[in-house]
Amino acid sequence: MEEMTKETPLAPAENDCIIELVDLTRVFEDDGMVAVDNVNLKVKKGQFVTFLGPSGCGKTTTLRMIAGFDKPTSGKILLNGKDISALPPHKRPVNTVFQRYALFPHLNVYDNVAFGLKLKKVKVTYETENGRQFTKVEKLSKADIAEKVNRALKIVDLEGFERRSVSTLSGGQQQRVAIARAIVNEPEILLLDEPLGALDLKMRKDMQLELKEMHKKLGITFIYVTHDQEEALTMSDTIGVMKDGEIQQEGTPLDIYNEPVNAFVADFIGESNIFSGTMTGKRKVRFLNKTFDCVDDFEKNEKVDVVVRPEDVVFADEGQGQVDGTIVSSIFKGVHYEMVCKIGKTEVVAQDTLERKVGEKVSVVIRPEDIHIMAKEFTVNKYEGYITKHNTVAFGDGEFACDLTQLYENSFLDEEGYLITAEGEKLDLTDTDVEVEVGLKDIELVDVDTPEREGGAAGNIVSIIYKGDHYQVIVRTDENEEDYVCDTEYTWNENDRVSVVIPRDAIRLRLKEEVKR
Amino acid sequence: MVRAKIVSKETYVKNGGMKGIFRRSFLGIPYALFLLLFVVFPLLLIVVYAFTDENGAFTFANFVGFFSNATNVSNLFISIGIAFITTAVCLLIAYPVAYILSRFRSARSYILVLLFIAPMWINFVLRAYALREILNLLGLLGKTNFLNVIVGMVYDFLPFMILPIYTTLIRMDKSLEEASADLGGNGAVTFFKVTLPLSVPGIVSGAMMVFLPCMSCYVITDTFGNSKIPLIGKLIETMFGRASDWNMGSAIALIMLVIMFVTMILTGGFKRESTERGNAL
Amino acid sequence: MKTKKIVSYAFLALVLLFVYAPILVLIIFSFTDAHIIGQWHGFSFDLYVRLFTVERLRNMIVNTVVLAALAGAISTVLGTLGAMGIFYAKKGWSKSLQGASNINVINAEIVIAVSLALVFSMLAFNRTYYSLLIGHVAFCTPFVVLSVIPKLKQMDPSLYEAALDLGATPAKALFKVVLPEILPGIVSGFMLALTLSLDDYIITSFTKPAEFDTISTYVYNAVKNTAKSELPAFRALAAVIFAVIAAVVVVLNIRANRKTNKKIIENKEIKR
Repeated sequence: MEEMTKETPLAPAENDCIIELVDLTRVFEDDGMVAVDNVNLKVKKGQFVTFLGPSGCGKTTTLRMIAGFDKPTSGKILLNGKDISALPPHKRPVNTVFQRYALFPHLNVYDNVAFGLKLKKVKVTYETENGRQFTKVEKLSKADIAEKVNRALKIVDLEGFERRSVSTLSGGQQQRVAIARAIVNEPEILLLDEPLGALDLKMRKDMQLELKEMHKKLGITFIYVTHDQEEALTMSDTIGVMKDGEIQQEGTPLDIYNEPVNAFVADFIGESNIFSGTMTGKRKVRFLNKTFDCVDDFEKNEKVDVVVRPEDVVFADEGQGQVDGTIVSSIFKGVHYEMVCKIGKTEVVAQDTLERKVGEKVSVVIRPEDIHIMAKEFTVNKYEGYITKHNTVAFGDGEFACDLTQLYENSFLDEEGYLITAEGEKLDLTDTDVEVEVGLKDIELVDVDTPEREGGAAGNIVSIIYKGDHYQVIVRTDENEEDYVCDTEYTWNENDRVSVVIPRDAIRLRLKEEVKR
Repeated sequence: MVRAKIVSKETYVKNGGMKGIFRRSFLGIPYALFLLLFVVFPLLLIVVYAFTDENGAFTFANFVGFFSNATNVSNLFISIGIAFITTAVCLLIAYPVAYILSRFRSARSYILVLLFIAPMWINFVLRAYALREILNLLGLLGKTNFLNVIVGMVYDFLPFMILPIYTTLIRMDKSLEEASADLGGNGAVTFFKVTLPLSVPGIVSGAMMVFLPCMSCYVITDTFGNSKIPLIGKLIETMFGRASDWNMGSAIALIMLVIMFVTMILTGGFKRESTERGNAL
Repeated sequence: MKTKKIVSYAFLALVLLFVYAPILVLIIFSFTDAHIIGQWHGFSFDLYVRLFTVERLRNMIVNTVVLAALAGAISTVLGTLGAMGIFYAKKGWSKSLQGASNINVINAEIVIAVSLALVFSMLAFNRTYYSLLIGHVAFCTPFVVLSVIPKLKQMDPSLYEAALDLGATPAKALFKVVLPEILPGIVSGFMLALTLSLDDYIITSFTKPAEFDTISTYVYNAVKNTAKSELPAFRALAAVIFAVIAAVVVVLNIRANRKTNKKIIENKEIKR
């Protein structure tokens, strides 16, 4: 750490990796939430890297740890190979462009940009006439500061704004000041925390291109955080898609768009149709009640998620394609039409410049290379639980009625509620540990305030993914953050508070160990 | 001075010496110590004195003594009664004032508001003296003691009631009233169904700012009531002053403290009052 | 519509009359040396001269002002630090500190006064100027805290981080960024502390040294003890205080006007 601080910004780095996150984890003390969970990432020098994900996915926390505002609970942040995780922010060669700019309201544009320079000290080595060398620690001279500030303002196109109060600037101008204020310090890494979030759509598009230009010109590493997938795809060299504090997928924009590793990434990046399918043979997958050729190889009979981008769905006249359906909606989106075709109970979204009218019978064609197959993330909910009194079972932050007789063949319950085995033995199963399985389709969600349908557990909806004919909803409980994944046809919204109802017979139990009799 | 030329420049970052232990929350330590010594500890002393006799032995005698004395109990009720009447009268005057003031939305109306608030900044003993002189001039002093006390209290506390109500009204989203009118509510309906309910927080905090100090403001009763209207606050003062019975005094102080905190909790006005008073100036 | 307006104005005028009549009467009769209000012994500045020449009267004014300034300053520093402590501490600490701070906001002055008197007697700490100062600081500081905390809450938390990010040490970041941001809260907290201290009677009477008087204690005792001959001088005192307040209000108003004008001009420039 001590040596690190002496390094000049341009010190050569090993394997041109400027920053490396090693098992980085951040747990918030007050609520025990794991914001960042064991993240590993290498960032190459000079790259434009983006953390992309929905709010609360841990992307901002990761950025804040790199900046030094948050301390990792465990793990390391290596800058040029040296751990900086204990270094306070003002000693890191890293500068940040904040979400709402964080310009100092009491300072004008010039003083905002000069803020860092005025605090900066340089070690100057002098040589006297008789050849003796000595060093002195000095502040930057006024002229030096002025020159640097002017150069930075020129880069962001704000010459002549020096004396303006920051409160009189437009959003876009404030944004530029924030960038100038950061780059004027010549950081090795520029961190940008959703810097375009507060701008309107047109301004955002312009700034995206400008930022990309600036990145090229400055040649320093940019680490960018956003929830806007289009922004990430446009600007980045590398994207790390995050969810629940973990990096789901890391790769170039093209990789991530074309080869999403799971339904979440597919759903988050661009629009997509996600269907449940089954592998029926070598490079053959069955979905939409039809077998398609594909290019991905999975085990036969494996349940899979099938992703097809809307622009890859082609309509042919009825009977001419692979599977027939009816157009149920068509919306003009500027360049193309977005149409929904219903095949059986499943909806297929397609984009095409050619309109098909609502009610028209069409046939869908999907090329094998446009079918992307992923292993199913969830096939069943599994929990560890224990039997409680009154023949209920506790798991997943809740308590549910269940059928205990499934634990022993031919057993039954007597009038007092004790389990009687086939051999006539009377068992008290209270506190017995069991493994619990619940099918995705067996879970029913009801609003928490539905009095007559009180579920065994309650939580908030944290994710919803549409899968053609149903939604896959994940409900997370508050206490231990247990997840219930369920397939439902009903529409919910994220953050809805729901109660989890599971029918008595849908709870499958297995004894963890032989019960003591 | 030796002339020297610059050979190289490099960024300088001070090594070590980093006070990693600094936390911004540490800034509160001086105040925390001050509060401990001069607010919390004194209150604990009050509790200790209230439950002991002059020899320091534990006893309930002070409370028994207080509540078994009919005069004391009636004083307690008179104090609460005076505070209650004052609060009610203040509210009746202050609400219309605040309401009318809040309707002027021009910048210059601020002066008018200041005019109503300004008396707050004149020393309140002096203000009481001014009113006393007027009552004297009118020949009322010493004759209508109870009424004089109420007039004096209202006179002194009125600005404290106007201000929070005015702030609540002025901050109210005007479109709410427009929405009510839009939905067919006439002036009276809009006022009683929208404006008044929404200004309740201001009323509560104003009421707290009048009611609580009233119970112990013996300066006013002394000035206007010829010291004939006994307030609970006066009783405490006497116990610590002339009567020199600190244990009894502490017990009464404790009773008063309990009444205040109960009032606060009942009205839920604590949060509001603290922020309102913070914003008062 | 018109009558409604007239009724409104009439009501406001009536309340203003109630509020200001006593003070105005006092001011009018401050220009005569008659002992009793209502009698006019001819115009004179005698009372004003007395106010500033009779030593005890002059002392009480000076005492009050100096005490308020000192208590206000100490409360402001202590309260600003306290507010930052409350705002930045972890939940538990923050809540208990805030709770302790709020005690004296609801507490009756008489209870604060006697509890402090108990402490001072227990510590064998005679009533001196210091005990008086402590009393006033204990009473005023919570209000400073209450006026600073909203400003801290309004402040964009990333400002402090931005300062650190740009190389400021925590101390520098607090002084150069946080302090200027919450300054309005600190100033209004100081003003609040000032008025509370100037106004206070009960706490002063319990913590002050015997021979020391502020305006509040002096006037209170004089009114209770009508025989004192200085009573008429209070009319002059009321007039002076009123004049000071009027001056402050006028100055503040002019400054506020100038600021809004400046803003209007600036906005116009931007639009161009």
